[in-house]
Amino acid sequence: MSKGKSRRGMSTVIATGTVMAGLGLSATAHAAGEPIKIGVISEESAVAGASISKAAQLAAEEINAKGGVDGRQIQIIAYDDHSSASDGVRAFQRAASQDKVVAIIGSYISEVALAMEPWSARLKMPFITPGAASNEISKRVHDDYANYKYTFHGWMTSAFIAQSICDFSHDVLVGEFKMKTTVVMSEDAAWTKPLDERYLECLPKAGLKVLDHIRFNPDTSDFTPIFNQIEAKHPDTITTGISHVGVQPTVQWHDQQVPIPMSGQSSQATTTSFWKDTNGATEGVITASAAAPGVAMTPKTVPFVESYQKHFAGVSPAYDGFTSYDLVYILADAIHRNQGSTDPDKMVDALEKTDYVGTIGRWQFYGKNDQFTHALKYGEGYITGINLQWQNGKQVAIWPKSVANGKVKFPAFVKVQAAAN
Amino acid sequence: MLPLQILIDGFAISSLYALGAIGFTLIFGVSGVLNLSHGGVMLIAALLGWALAGEAGLGTYIATPLGVICGMIAAFITYFMVVRPIQNSAAIPREEKEIFVLTGTLLWGIMIQQGMAYLFSDNPITMRPLIPGVASVAGVRVPYNEIMIAVVCWVVIGLLWLFVNRTKAGKALLAASMNPRGLTLLGFELSRIYLLAWTLYGVLAGIAGVLLASFLGVSTNNTGQLTASAFSIVVLGGLGSVSGSLMAAYVVGYLETVTAYLIAPTLRPLPALLLLVLVVYVRPQGFLGRR
Repeated sequence: MSKGKSRRGMSTVIATGTVMAGLGLSATAHAAGEPIKIGVISEESAVAGASISKAAQLAAEEINAKGGVDGRQIQIIAYDDHSSASDGVRAFQRAASQDKVVAIIGSYISEVALAMEPWSARLKMPFITPGAASNEISKRVHDDYANYKYTFHGWMTSAFIAQSICDFSHDVLVGEFKMKTTVVMSEDAAWTKPLDERYLECLPKAGLKVLDHIRFNPDTSDFTPIFNQIEAKHPDTITTGISHVGVQPTVQWHDQQVPIPMSGQSSQATTTSFWKDTNGATEGVITASAAAPGVAMTPKTVPFVESYQKHFAGVSPAYDGFTSYDLVYILADAIHRNQGSTDPDKMVDALEKTDYVGTIGRWQFYGKNDQFTHALKYGEGYITGINLQWQNGKQVAIWPKSVANGKVKFPAFVKVQAAAN
Repeated sequence: MLPLQILIDGFAISSLYALGAIGFTLIFGVSGVLNLSHGGVMLIAALLGWALAGEAGLGTYIATPLGVICGMIAAFITYFMVVRPIQNSAAIPREEKEIFVLTGTLLWGIMIQQGMAYLFSDNPITMRPLIPGVASVAGVRVPYNEIMIAVVCWVVIGLLWLFVNRTKAGKALLAASMNPRGLTLLGFELSRIYLLAWTLYGVLAGIAGVLLASFLGVSTNNTGQLTASAFSIVVLGGLGSVSGSLMAAYVVGYLETVTAYLIAPTLRPLPALLLLVLVVYVRPQGFLGRR
């Protein structure tokens, strides 16, 4: 009897001891090594969207290799939203409620980001978009700060993108090539509404009269009538706003030998795989972007591009790869400044105080009382983006002058006055 | 200038539509199958042609015929693995076979679309034009490739006409579309006729797919639209009538082109759809339909 009792007693002690040791161990594990989970929601099969999660993974690996954030590793949990707002929202909810991430980096498509934004407010989940552009994203934060403060806009708003393109047009197209007129050609999407508004305002001020304004359905596959309509007006240049489409208008522009240069924003053209995707038809196309291979916006730009190319089969990141990479570092930095706390309100406070030199410039966010609350600060000394032109399979930076590493050259079928030297 | 531009542009796109639609209507006329994976078959030809040209480094000239062959293989897979098993199945009552085949090909089309999107992503792909450069036709700038596409389409249509009307096998095909039972009574094996029809279909859809890739570009997202387009043209022209499809293809092609140029590119698909509704109301057998 007593033997059995003592055996039971022993096993109870051992069991209790194991449990306590386990608890003790897990307690220390919690303090020392529990990973910081960051959700990344992106369009994996889109040309521009594929860079987002890859660049985030790269940043996480680098930070973890250096010891993580105060000893804690960063874990990237990636979701594919298939370019669909409803899939994006579902992923957002899952990331927040099930996978318990501390912040979400999400989407380059404004429609998707705008759909996820209210959930950032409802679930009090810090949410930063690395590539969407619509002014609406930061407008909501400005208009309802108390609820929407968890959203940050990690790329230039459409208004600033348009402004930078106007600045480029003024310096190069008008200044060097003496161009006088343009036609604005944009896809009909959420991000191009404020873009086109600013274009129509700032292009004339830059010296280019806007002869026509064309907004086409993003599902368009035959651009011949559009190019025809543009050519009939005889503009000196076409100012684009395209992201959802890219391959087809570019290839058709080239195959039909439309004699008018294209500049503006073509998101797909910001990644090096675009040369192959268009069979080289993108020669001579100019687009705004975050950075270009070989161009050192900051000391971090070139090493990041090289590391990305090494990891991902020689392809360089699209514009949202640069931002996504910087944003993981910024989030890590914010958590570090909070002494490891990932409380949403503390995260917001820390993020607002961001002053970080990343791969594309100096990151600061506008404040509560600025027009574009929580958007990226635009301007010299902060982030302006660059304009690049495709030449012989390479992206050549052509603006601003401080980082330009080549001269503007157009294909033979494009009719321009020779640049004034 | 603009009228000539519309004329030429409309001609090229209509020829391409015609090629796809004729294949579609052939299959329906001969074997009674409405192949809703039509877009998928064209897609496979286009995507694999592109992959062979670029990724496998074979270049456009070799990859184009290979792409057509891939289209043919896709058509065979559709016939042997989707259509025929359903048609031969003892478990499905005869009256319901057509619906099952329809649904089967629809699902198969979706599988192709998703499978290709998984392998190649949904980015549009383009094949290099076989003849680069542009020609000037009475002051209108036309890419050589566009002219070539129209020529190729008509050569193929011409060859098809010769085949159907001048060769024994072709005449058997025509007969099968009129009266399959009568044909079997004369000693022809229907299964070989069907095989012939699907082979022709594969070639037609394959050529259409590859040419579309070099003309406008193709993406997996276009799959449904390509099927819908062929379907509407074939209904318009009369299910089963090859010349009807040819006519309808030009009506639809020109309606679309005129709309895109003169009204708005956004409204391009609308008039053809409105016409389809009208025709189904007023003359459901289409222009030249028999059934």
